[in-house]
Amino acid sequence: MTVLTVAEHRHGRLWDVSREAQTAGLELAAVTGDTVHTAVVGGAVERFADRLGCAGVETVHTVAGDEAFNHDVYTQVLTQLAESVDARVVLAPHSVTGLNYAPALSARLDWPVVPDAVALDGADGLTVTREVDGAWTTLAVDGGRAVVTVRPGEWPVTEAAGDTDVIPFTADIDDAAVRSTVTSEAAGALADLALEDADVVVAVGRGIGGEADLDLLFDLADAVGGTVAASGPPVKRGWLPADRQIGQSGATVAPDVYLAVGISGAAQHLAGMRESDTVVAINSDPTAPIFDVADYGVVADLFDVVPALTAALEE
Amino acid sequence: MQVIVTVAPPSRAGGVAGSGGTAEHALGDPHGSRHSPFGRSEAAVWSPSLWDAHALEAAVELGESHEDVTIHAVTVGPPAADSVVRAALAKGADRAVRVWDDHLDGVDLLEPRLTARLLAAVTADVDPAVVLSGAQSGPDGFGATGVALAARLGYGWAAVVTELSLDRDAGVVSVRRDLDGNRSERVAVDLPAVLTVGTGCNEPRTASLGAVRAAQRADVAVRSLADLGIEQSEIEPSLTRVGTVDREHDVTLLSGAPEDAAADLAAVLRRHGVDP
Repeated sequence: MTVLTVAEHRHGRLWDVSREAQTAGLELAAVTGDTVHTAVVGGAVERFADRLGCAGVETVHTVAGDEAFNHDVYTQVLTQLAESVDARVVLAPHSVTGLNYAPALSARLDWPVVPDAVALDGADGLTVTREVDGAWTTLAVDGGRAVVTVRPGEWPVTEAAGDTDVIPFTADIDDAAVRSTVTSEAAGALADLALEDADVVVAVGRGIGGEADLDLLFDLADAVGGTVAASGPPVKRGWLPADRQIGQSGATVAPDVYLAVGISGAAQHLAGMRESDTVVAINSDPTAPIFDVADYGVVADLFDVVPALTAALEE
Repeated sequence: MQVIVTVAPPSRAGGVAGSGGTAEHALGDPHGSRHSPFGRSEAAVWSPSLWDAHALEAAVELGESHEDVTIHAVTVGPPAADSVVRAALAKGADRAVRVWDDHLDGVDLLEPRLTARLLAAVTADVDPAVVLSGAQSGPDGFGATGVALAARLGYGWAAVVTELSLDRDAGVVSVRRDLDGNRSERVAVDLPAVLTVGTGCNEPRTASLGAVRAAQRADVAVRSLADLGIEQSEIEPSLTRVGTVDREHDVTLLSGAPEDAAADLAAVLRRHGVDP
């Protein structure tokens, strides 16, 4: 049997979570004795397959198709491919895209779906760990078959190099069951995006010297495709409008990435951003409480790091 | 035109645990529920989740912009779950339906396809043009029930929509989806369709006191497994909670000269989907 991982790409770029899912698959297969296959659907599949061929992955299945993601097509393709390679587990990225086909794939295969996994094991039947009711909970999967979406950033990426076969797969698409059409795709609005809609929030705190320095943060927000927010002090001083404040007396957000710049991390502020998927803190004080909730931290002067980060992202 | 809005019960952990909570709780600011995730405290907050509040608002707005719309608010849970569908009535839903059966007592309905199976039976009876669900049922919800429901029924679907526009004559609903990496797409979905609604879709309204009082007296139609033609054997969970684990929280510090730390951080951000 096999573990089938699904790659994600958009706008000509392969997302790293594609190769993180491969690592998750390889670790699981090492225990179960399965082989690992990867599917890449639509767009520049040959080029993506080069990046996805890596040690341990037996086959990359390329499925020619449109660059634009269509969830009906994905669902049909992956259902047929999972059956064709005798998959036991399908690992898809936990993303807005993955959530748009993984539950349907599970319905077609009549397997359970377990989204947002942070750990997998197959030593004693299949188990998947995810957050349930506020606790990291291990779920045993009766029957051992499941569609699982994997949380980005939890597994390292696979390194390319391997004698992986690249085989085109042709799915038999039932056009009558394609009930949706992607009519356009565009870059979203940037810095003035509503806080609750932003995937990336750049939040600034007391560490910023004054209103004039805010341009640094707006430049960074542009570079990361995010929006600017603040802890209490910059709002109290009138540097940013009140609707930009995050915390107990402001908005609650849960973006994919929360960049806390010059924010100490008072409990009042943490209440509004704890649910963020990935927290990055930049602060010159290594004892600042923000580092207790951060996943990544840089202990340095924000005036040195922020311009360098903006420049590095724009390279 | 029939519209269904699904509303998660206050607790997913084996159905609604315990009793208590009042309708007043159910009608407060939907954002207020964000930090009272279901099932975590004994004093359950009988409020629709943040996401369901946006789904309900989308349904009510459809009712306001189209003629002859009947909105059915549907939940799955024991009697205590009446409060979430009553909250929906107070904000503009026309009918309240609660699916429950003694045979579901003690069944862990964690798995989206079980809820989808129950909702599918109600949906098939109502024959709606649109089903609206919250993109998640809670901060750590599975976020999969809506799409699983659509796939089971053979309906069209779109997950995590932030705008929608219905063209009944064309039989199409056009939606905007905000994607990872600060991109968005527009998708035309054939009706009937299930849409899962993201928090950026609208601004949920609050109910008037009069509407709250009327909703408290309104009927909630209870549908059993037999009413829905579902065998008990169809509601067998395949996920079992076997324990919880502690995940140590460690911050990864990026050190070195500011330029080096910034370059490392840029790589980390790209790995997390930041796509300049």
